[in-house]
Amino acid sequence: MFSEELKVELTRKVQTSEHPRELLVDIIFKIQDRYGYLDDESLELVAGLLNMDPLEIEQIATFYTFVFREPVGKYVIHVCDSVMCWLMGGETLREFLCRSLNIQMGETTPDGLFTLLPVCCIGYCDRAPAILVNKKVYGHLTPEKLEQLLEELKSGARKETEDHLE
Amino acid sequence: MYPQILFGNRKPDRITTLSEYRQNGGYQGLEKAVKESRSEEVRQIIFDAVLRGRGGAAFPMGSKMTTVPDNAPYPRYVVCNADEMEPGTFKDRVLIHADPHQLIEGMALAGYGIGAEKGIIFIRPEYEGAARILEREIDLAKEKGFIGKGVFGSGFSFDLNVHRSGGRYICGEGTALLNALSGNRPNPKKPPPHPTEIGLWGQPTLLQNVETLSCVPHVVRHGAEWFKSLALTPGSAGTKIFCVSGKVNRPGCYELPMGVKLSEVIETHAGGMLPGSTFKACLPGGASTAYITEKFYHIEMDYDTLKKAGHRLGTAAVMVFDQQTCMVGATLNLVEFFSRESCGWCTPCREGIPYIRDLLYRIETGQGERSFMTMITTMCRHLWNAYCAFAPGAATVVESLFKEFEDEVVAHIEEKRCPFKDK
Repeated sequence: MFSEELKVELTRKVQTSEHPRELLVDIIFKIQDRYGYLDDESLELVAGLLNMDPLEIEQIATFYTFVFREPVGKYVIHVCDSVMCWLMGGETLREFLCRSLNIQMGETTPDGLFTLLPVCCIGYCDRAPAILVNKKVYGHLTPEKLEQLLEELKSGARKETEDHLE
Repeated sequence: MYPQILFGNRKPDRITTLSEYRQNGGYQGLEKAVKESRSEEVRQIIFDAVLRGRGGAAFPMGSKMTTVPDNAPYPRYVVCNADEMEPGTFKDRVLIHADPHQLIEGMALAGYGIGAEKGIIFIRPEYEGAARILEREIDLAKEKGFIGKGVFGSGFSFDLNVHRSGGRYICGEGTALLNALSGNRPNPKKPPPHPTEIGLWGQPTLLQNVETLSCVPHVVRHGAEWFKSLALTPGSAGTKIFCVSGKVNRPGCYELPMGVKLSEVIETHAGGMLPGSTFKACLPGGASTAYITEKFYHIEMDYDTLKKAGHRLGTAAVMVFDQQTCMVGATLNLVEFFSRESCGWCTPCREGIPYIRDLLYRIETGQGERSFMTMITTMCRHLWNAYCAFAPGAATVVESLFKEFEDEVVAHIEEKRCPFKDK
């Protein structure tokens, strides 16, 4: 069931906007922050809020890399596979992640902890090869550093941080 | 060391605060402009300075501003393109993290120049950190009265907001960006009408890249002649942020005069090639530009010189490949990027790029045939018929692979394997 409180918050946002449609991605992100992904019920709700056709929301939602229409893990790992990361060893990282999490790209681990997704150039080519974990960047990676990062995330030693300002 | 303009306040480990920016002359240009200058004077300075769009298209900002007629309807918008998704490009992120108020002031000045009282910064979701910095600093600037209602006590108001993208390369294309902002599927539209006539919500909209807007406060404060004198080559103006990555010792962003030699960018500023690596080729300005080989290693990096040589400066994202790089593999990677990021709206792009990707994949994995090269070349020509510059970008890099590295492609086909693997 969709939270009443969030519904009220989103309704207020829409009512105070001159052009409610421009809030589409913002609203979806707010829902994802709460529920992890945009499920069918939420999609219908967004359509109602913005007076849009659910099908239209669907075609926009499925277009964007950072909008999830299926459940994702607690940690969403976006692995950059564009040319500079490729040049600096990105394929090795991807293979390592798939092997050590025992999933393919696009899948989530059965414990619901990790989702692996490919992403195009994330703009950290000076730190290639790089990945994002819940939109936070980790660069200059090697399989050894990645192994340590995964361990820290699994054990809870590294909280997925709000520290985006570095 | 060249004069540092955009990076003048850059710190190794933190952003420049509002008071630091102010101490170094920040917001003086805006204050003076709104109090003493007419909006056409601001437009004229930018026009005279030959400030060209730093996001890749290189269209002069001053000319673009003049396409907003004086009697154009209100409200008008200034939109900052911080969607930076061109592979190899990370200057906008570094600029925002280094000196956010430079961009904020630049947007307010651009707004004053065309009579726009609303600004929007459209930013990619990967730059969440930059988005939060901007939101925080915008609030601070509003508190001080530098932007917001009645800028510096004048009659000009400038409201500024950050809009997060859902994340897709095509959103960086101007018309697609405006569709994304309006909550539509971000397909490009073919102008005319241009956004400066009918843009966001059908209103006149000036769309500029982060780096271009960041130049504006300096241009307004120091004048057009000063800005032009920063460049090394005649006809060029200003500095350029070069993002160097790949097989170099010090990948990163370097602010250098327009017209600096490519060899100097790589050797002096980016610390030269990695030990054991020698220069083979580079992409001078992102994924949509052609490979530059040794032949042009000393070329002057400015818009006109590169154009004359059949190249493009693009975003000045210099991606450096060494002798161990398989150029077929690199091009395959780039084409896979284009194939995945195509918005799918028009046929040449949607159908043509995966077709090329498939043939290149087969060549790279030793299943190629000679006839594939003709098929790819033909398909590249079709890509130039697409709606926007996306598919021609993909064609450019493939065509330059065949032009500069034909022998490498042929070696893949004849040896029935990638010569760079399993040696």
